[in-house]
Amino acid sequence: MSEFLQFSFSGITVGAVYAMVALGFTIIYNASDVINFAQGEFVMLGGMCTVFLAAAGIPMPLAALLAVIITAGVGAALNKLAIEQARDASVVNLIIITIGVSVFLRGIAQVIFDKQLHRLPAFSGEQPIMIGGAALLPQSLWVLGGAGLLVVTLYHFFRRTLIGKAILAVAQNRLAARLVGINIGMVMLSSFALSAAIGALAGILITPITLTSYDVGTMLALKGFAAAMLGGMGNPVGAVVGGLLLGIAEAMGAGYISSDYKDAVAFLIILAVLFFLPQGLLGARHRERV
Amino acid sequence: MSLLRVEELSIEFGGVHAVEDLSFEIEAGAIHSIIGPNGAGKTTLFNLITGLYRASRGRILFEDREIGGQPPHLLARRGLSRTFQNPQIFFRMTAAENVMVGRHLHESQNVLAHLLRLPAVVRQNRETRLKAHELLDFVGLADYADRPAGAMPYGALKRLEVARALAVAPKMLLLDEPAAGCNPVETQEIDRLIQQIARTGVTVVLVEHDMHLVMNISSRILVLDSGRKLAEGTAGEVRANPAVIAAYLGAQGQRERVHAQG
Amino acid sequence: MSFVAGLLQPRTGGLVVLAAVIVALPFLLPNRYYFDVVILVGINALVVVGLNLLIGYAGQISLGHAGFFGLGAYASAVLPMRFDVPPLAALVIGTVGVGLLAFVIGRPILRLKGHYLAVATLGMGLLIFMLLNNERGLTGGPDGMAVQRMTILGYKLRGVLTWYWIVAGALFAGTWLALNLIDSPTGRALRALHDSEIAAQVNGIDVVRYKLTAFVVSAVFASLAGSLNAHYSGFMTPNAAGFLHSIELVTMVVLGGMGSTFGGIVGAAVLTALPQFLTVFQQYEHAALGLIIVVCMIFMRDGLLPTLQQSLRWRRP
Repeated sequence: MSEFLQFSFSGITVGAVYAMVALGFTIIYNASDVINFAQGEFVMLGGMCTVFLAAAGIPMPLAALLAVIITAGVGAALNKLAIEQARDASVVNLIIITIGVSVFLRGIAQVIFDKQLHRLPAFSGEQPIMIGGAALLPQSLWVLGGAGLLVVTLYHFFRRTLIGKAILAVAQNRLAARLVGINIGMVMLSSFALSAAIGALAGILITPITLTSYDVGTMLALKGFAAAMLGGMGNPVGAVVGGLLLGIAEAMGAGYISSDYKDAVAFLIILAVLFFLPQGLLGARHRERV
Repeated sequence: MSLLRVEELSIEFGGVHAVEDLSFEIEAGAIHSIIGPNGAGKTTLFNLITGLYRASRGRILFEDREIGGQPPHLLARRGLSRTFQNPQIFFRMTAAENVMVGRHLHESQNVLAHLLRLPAVVRQNRETRLKAHELLDFVGLADYADRPAGAMPYGALKRLEVARALAVAPKMLLLDEPAAGCNPVETQEIDRLIQQIARTGVTVVLVEHDMHLVMNISSRILVLDSGRKLAEGTAGEVRANPAVIAAYLGAQGQRERVHAQG
Repeated sequence: MSFVAGLLQPRTGGLVVLAAVIVALPFLLPNRYYFDVVILVGINALVVVGLNLLIGYAGQISLGHAGFFGLGAYASAVLPMRFDVPPLAALVIGTVGVGLLAFVIGRPILRLKGHYLAVATLGMGLLIFMLLNNERGLTGGPDGMAVQRMTILGYKLRGVLTWYWIVAGALFAGTWLALNLIDSPTGRALRALHDSEIAAQVNGIDVVRYKLTAFVVSAVFASLAGSLNAHYSGFMTPNAAGFLHSIELVTMVVLGGMGSTFGGIVGAAVLTALPQFLTVFQQYEHAALGLIIVVCMIFMRDGLLPTLQQSLRWRRP
């Protein structure tokens, strides 16, 4: 029982990170129909920037804030320099472009930072809280709390603020949004910056637990994508649900079956969803019209 | 013997009954038209017949064999060919290559032979290319043969699609708004082309909005409205049918007509 | 058409140029190191020629093709070393086996489109990598394993010159086969379904079958190249099946020009040779790779060779 609880704790924690990555995917996908394979790199940048800024002497909270801002900037640059330039590219081309950006960011990170593993100190101490024989790290609470706060904030952002509603409008119908005067370029820029910031936040929250290095981005992007697909591509609630489910499934798989193939869980889920439930748990099917 | 028979065909999209309880027959030979106001379900009907959509109810029979639910490429094998409202051209291929694709079913499908470029394959390539040029000639596009399809004007694209559809050597050719976007001169050419095609023995079914074209060349007309059959008959019968007039012109038009005829 | 542009286009012209280059190179390469690079180029080019059929002609995407490469390589490594299978037989078994695997996996995977296909192939590649990396007993795990020398009729194949001819021959044969396929009903079917799947279907093309054909053919090319690589270098690590290798391969296709077979060979040459000669820039390799992909896809959408061809055609009066 305590084993099960242990796996659940770690599962939900990492699941919250997947959920945040998936949310980032969802926002960009909704605004632009682009699946941003570089999403994972935002998580990496959040963690790595914070580590190196803190090492340079900047107090942690400020370093974290700067890291988020820098990453948001990278996201905006990605939009302006790559995505916008390739406006009329085919789906395959766009995929390759975002992968190219992801590889580029990894390559740059390799040079600017280094190839080592890095960690951040836990926000409120390392002492695990014992619940039912299982250890719950205080950092996990930060992760879950952060994710929860993020979801609530995003909800209000999209429903109450003008930019948020503009993003939703563009997601629903691009042409109509343009016709009522919404600046599509601005919306796209904001979506990318927002997604990047979310990714960075996830990276900062999780680094004390899972450590970070220049190449954590790929796997995270894949798992975030798996989570978004599981929940239903384009559905924010689905992204969160998918992320949590994926995290738990992965932890259970690693714990009870094999930890070597932990990463395989995400892919098997992707494949299962793609073949049996393409619209995801909460998503909607659409038909191609000729 | 009816070439195509549709029985109680229905399909819905999220509550909208695009085609409802539709039954009709099309005899082999001659030209048939399907008309109706926008949204009447004409293209949906085509998509159902050619296997792009799957009906929720009803049957479709071609040459007395059920074809409902069959994938499009098998229906082409049965002798059904079609064009699209928005020409689905292979833009990266030349006009000749586009038509050559239409000949696919008449070519060998042996991938190994293709990989090894056996003499039979080389010969077949030549024959297919020849046939493609013939068809381009037939539709009046011989000049475009080796030009990329992406560089062709819209009217030419419509004719290219017809040439490609003919390359299949179909028993029945479905044309979805062949005259859409065409000026009167181009429409007349389409008119002539369709009649030439019918003369070669292919049964032509067309969806069209251009009433002059339709009334001029059709032996039988099917009128749809909101997914249902409104009327069926010869051009003269359909033209005089009050329900048809009402559907197109509204009840006001109906009153005008009565008034005009005294 | 100018002589040069003409040579770049028709299949015979291209094959003649390729043959000429292959025959001439041994006289021009100064030392063993250059031979090594050229052989690596040839191996990558073989994969790219096949992958181009899938990505450039059929318009699909595979982010996991290094997986097939790796499987071919490890078949040639594991079967002789662990199961005493003669190397030549192992190569055949590996190639046929990968072809069958591609056929089985391909059927469900190729029903997917766009992003979903990309991620499915990515997942497939990563699963293969994980298998090769984790099963230490069989494959030696992350540290890799040694590969027996290839023997034909008792004669051990070794030496840079021998392998140059083997790889060059394989590349020439592969290119010939690919070009044949393109100028055939299959090739036209692939190009058709790339431009409009619906129109292709309506013209009698079984779209799933042809996507599968391109997938299997490209997998077989990759597997063969992997086997050749294994025997040539004498040592194999799971990275051969890794995500980065898959991306490199896609970049070569893109760089050379999607839908240009000879372009693919050029792309492979550039991307293999450049890092070798710019070792001082080695730490920037990833960044450079990423940048090349992005720049190529945005500005040179048709790739190096087709863009070059177009500009040559422009020069005509």
